[in-house]
Amino acid sequence: MDNIIEINDLHFSYRDENGNPGAEVLKGVSLTVRRGEFLAVLGHNGSGKSTLAKHLNAILTPTSGKVIVDGIDTSDESKLFDLRQRAGMVFQNPDNQIVSSIVEEDVAFALENLGVPYEEMRRRVDESLKAVNMYDYRLHSPSQLSGGQKQRIAIAGIIAMQPDCIILDEPTAMLDPQGRREVMATIHRMNREKGITIVLITHYMDEAAQCDRVVVMDKGSVVLDDTPAKVFSQVEKVKAIGLDVPQAAELAWELRKAGYDMPEDILTEQECAQAIMKLFA
Amino acid sequence: MAIIETQELTYTYSQGSPFEKTAVDHVNLKIDEGIIVGVMGHTGSGKSTLIQHFNGLLQPTSGKVLIDGVDIWADKSKIRDVRFQVGLVFQYPEYQIFEETVYKDIAYGPRNMGLDEAEIKRRVMETAADLGLKEELLERSPFELSGGQKRRVAIAGVMAMEPKVLILDEPTAGLDPAGRDKIISHIKQYHQRTKNTILIVSHSMEDIAGFADKILVMNKAKLFCYDDTEKVFARAQEIAQIGLDVPQVTKVFMELKDKGLDFGKEVYTVGYARDLLLRKLAEKGGAADC
Amino acid sequence: MLKDITIGQFFPGDSLVHRLDPRFKIVITIIFIMMLFTGSNVICLIVGGVYTLLAITLSGVPFKMYWKSVKPLLPFLLITAVLNLFLVDSGDTLLKWKFIKITEGGIDISVFMMIRIVLLIMGSSVLTYTTSPITLTDAVERLLSPLKKLKFPVHELAMMMSIALRFIPTLIEETDKIMSAQKARGAEIDTGSFMTRARNMAAIMIPLFVSAFRRADELATAMECRCYNGGEGRTRLRQLRSSGMDYIALGVTIVFYIAAIVVAKITV
Repeated sequence: MDNIIEINDLHFSYRDENGNPGAEVLKGVSLTVRRGEFLAVLGHNGSGKSTLAKHLNAILTPTSGKVIVDGIDTSDESKLFDLRQRAGMVFQNPDNQIVSSIVEEDVAFALENLGVPYEEMRRRVDESLKAVNMYDYRLHSPSQLSGGQKQRIAIAGIIAMQPDCIILDEPTAMLDPQGRREVMATIHRMNREKGITIVLITHYMDEAAQCDRVVVMDKGSVVLDDTPAKVFSQVEKVKAIGLDVPQAAELAWELRKAGYDMPEDILTEQECAQAIMKLFA
Repeated sequence: MAIIETQELTYTYSQGSPFEKTAVDHVNLKIDEGIIVGVMGHTGSGKSTLIQHFNGLLQPTSGKVLIDGVDIWADKSKIRDVRFQVGLVFQYPEYQIFEETVYKDIAYGPRNMGLDEAEIKRRVMETAADLGLKEELLERSPFELSGGQKRRVAIAGVMAMEPKVLILDEPTAGLDPAGRDKIISHIKQYHQRTKNTILIVSHSMEDIAGFADKILVMNKAKLFCYDDTEKVFARAQEIAQIGLDVPQVTKVFMELKDKGLDFGKEVYTVGYARDLLLRKLAEKGGAADC
Repeated sequence: MLKDITIGQFFPGDSLVHRLDPRFKIVITIIFIMMLFTGSNVICLIVGGVYTLLAITLSGVPFKMYWKSVKPLLPFLLITAVLNLFLVDSGDTLLKWKFIKITEGGIDISVFMMIRIVLLIMGSSVLTYTTSPITLTDAVERLLSPLKKLKFPVHELAMMMSIALRFIPTLIEETDKIMSAQKARGAEIDTGSFMTRARNMAAIMIPLFVSAFRRADELATAMECRCYNGGEGRTRLRQLRSSGMDYIALGVTIVFYIAAIVVAKITV
C-alpha cells in the first residue's frame, strides 16, 4: 500500500490579528490518498474543503495534527520547495495565477525559480504545453485566451515541475461549460497517462461523479468517503448537506422509495434508462 | 403588448476592421410582459451582446430595440431613462459594490434616478427583504459579507430601481448548490411581488428548467429559438448538438425513447419524471410491492 | 474606449526587430531619444522621422497600432503646443497682433516639441511592441545587474514591472466591465456635469482597487506555490544572445545619431 497523502487528525483555525485562534475550520480530518488515485473533495462553500486543500501544499499548516505529502511533513519549512514541487496547486481564478505575459514563459515560471538549466527547461515546457494541448498557443498572451485555456496553461505550469500530485481548488468554478469540459478532460488525461494523483476540490457533483473516490466535507469534517456510486445513492444525506446528486441517481432513488426495484449504484443516464426499461419489461 | 421587441437587430463589433465580427445577426423577438425568460447560448453565441442592447448599453449597428413599444434610440438623450426601465445585473455583480454600507450600495441606483429619501428607503427595505438580507446587515460594510451575501446585495441594487424588466447574467455563476438555490428562490420571490418581466441568462438548462416560462436560445449570433419551455425541451437533441447542456433527466428520457419507450412528453425536472413514471407503472399494473 | 490604449502592449511576431537582443534594443532606444533632442531644426527632425519609420517598418507591426499609441495623448499634446506657441517669447518675432505674439522660439518649442514627442512615443513603442514584457524586464535586469552589488533591488523591481505589465490588459477589461455595470445603475460617466462624473469615478475606482488587491493577494500565493523565492539562483527560459544583427542595428543607429549631430552643427 502506497499512500501519497496522509492526513491525521487535522485541526485548523485561523488566527486573528492578536494571534488568538478563531472558530475551528477543520475539526479533526483524517484522510489518506493512494498514489495514482483520482479523488474529489466535495462540499459547499465554507465546508472547509478549500482550507483542507491549502494544507496539502503548506499554504496553511495544521494547528494540530499532521499532514504528510509524499513522505514530507508539511510543517517542515526546510522542505517547503521540495513539497511544492511534488504537490502542485491550481487555483480557482485563472487570471490570478498567471504571472507572465507570454504563455510559454508562464509555464516556465516554476522551473526558472527552481534553477532548472535551460536545455531541460525548454524540453519540459514544450512537453507540458503539448500535454495540455496548448503548444500552438505558446507565444500567445494569456489575455487572448479563454478561461478554459488559461486554466490549462496553469495546469501545464504545474506539470512542468513533474509533480506526483496535483491539487486543484475549484478549477472550473469560473468557467463556462465548454471550458469545464476542456479542463476536466485535461485533468483526467494527466491522471490516466502520467499517473499523477489528483485531488479535485469542487462543488459540482457531476465532476465528482467522474472520479475514483469522493470525500464529502461538511462543517470542517469528512462526512462521507466512498465511491461516487455509493456516495450519491445516499440522496437524502447529500441533499441535506446542501449539495446536488446526479439527476439519474435522484430519479432512481425516488422510484426506489416508491417501492420499485432500482439498483443503488446508478450515476449515468444510460444506467438509469436501462433500469427503467427493466421495470417496464 | 410586448415589453421588449427587436426588429432586425444586428450588432457588429469593430466594424470596418479586420477583426469585424457580427455578434447579433438580424434578431426579431417579442417578449411579453410579466414572464420569466431563460436565455441560453454558449460563450460567443451573442447572448451577452443581445442583452446589453435591451438597456441601451450597446447601440444596434442596424435594426431597432423597442421597450414598451418605444424605440429606445429615437431620442438619444433619454437613453439613461431606458437603463432605469430595464435593469441589468452583470456576471459576478459583487465586484461592482463600492459604498460604505449595504444600505447605501443598494440605494445607489435609486438615488441616481433622483428619487426622494422616503421612496429610496421604501425600495431598499423591500428589495433587501426580497433577497433575504436582514435589517441589521444594512448598516454593515458590504465588504465584510460572505460571497453569497455580497451577490445578493448587488442584485438588490438593481432590483431597487424597480425596472419593468430585470435581466440577470448568470446570477448563480460560481455559487455552490445551496447558494444557487437561495438566489433563485429570492428572484422568484421578487417576481411574485412585482410581477415584472425577468430574463435570466444561464449556461445550464437544469438551473432554469424549473421556473422559466419561456426559453430563448442564441446560437452563432442568430436567434436559434424562442418558445415555451416545454416546446424548447422537445428539441433537446438539437440543443445538445449546439453545445448546450441538457438536464440529465431529459437525457434519460431521450435514451428511453431510443430504446423504444416513448412517453410522448417532454421531461425536464426530476419531480415531473417521477410522477410520470409512477403513473405509467401503475397503469401497467406492475404493483409496487417489492 | 479603454481598449484603444496600446502603450505597453506586446505584439508577438518574428520580424527583424523582434529578433534583436532586447538589451541592444534598450540601448538603441536611449540613443534614439538622444538623437531626437540633438537639435531643433527641420532636417534634424527628418533624420529622426526617417529613423522612426524605418524601425516601424522593420518591426512588422501595422502602422495603425503605432498611431493608436499616440492618439489618446494627442489632445494633450495639441493644447501644450498651442500654449507654447503663444506664451514662449524668444528669437525673431514673426507675427504680432494686439497681445498675440508669435516668435521663432515659440514655433520651435511648440511644433518641434510636439513632433518630437510623437516620434518619441512611436519609437519607444517599437521597443515595447516587439519585446515581451518579461524579456524587457529581463534585459533591464541584466543591464542593471552591476547595481546588485550596491544592494539595489534590481530583480525585485524587474519582477514588479513585469507583473504590472501582465495585469494591464486584465485591469483594463475589468474597468470596462465595472463601468458598464455602474452605467446600468444609472451612473453618469460619459455624460453629466464634471462634478457628477467625478463623484461617479468613486463607483469605478473603489471596486477596481478592491479587485486589484484581491488579485495581488491570490497571485502572491500562486507564485509561492510555484516555488518563487526572489532572484537568487533563478534560470531563464528566454535566453538573451546577441548576434551580428544586433551590432549592425546599433551601428546604424549610431550613424543616424552622428548624422543628426552633424546636421545640428552645420545649421547652427
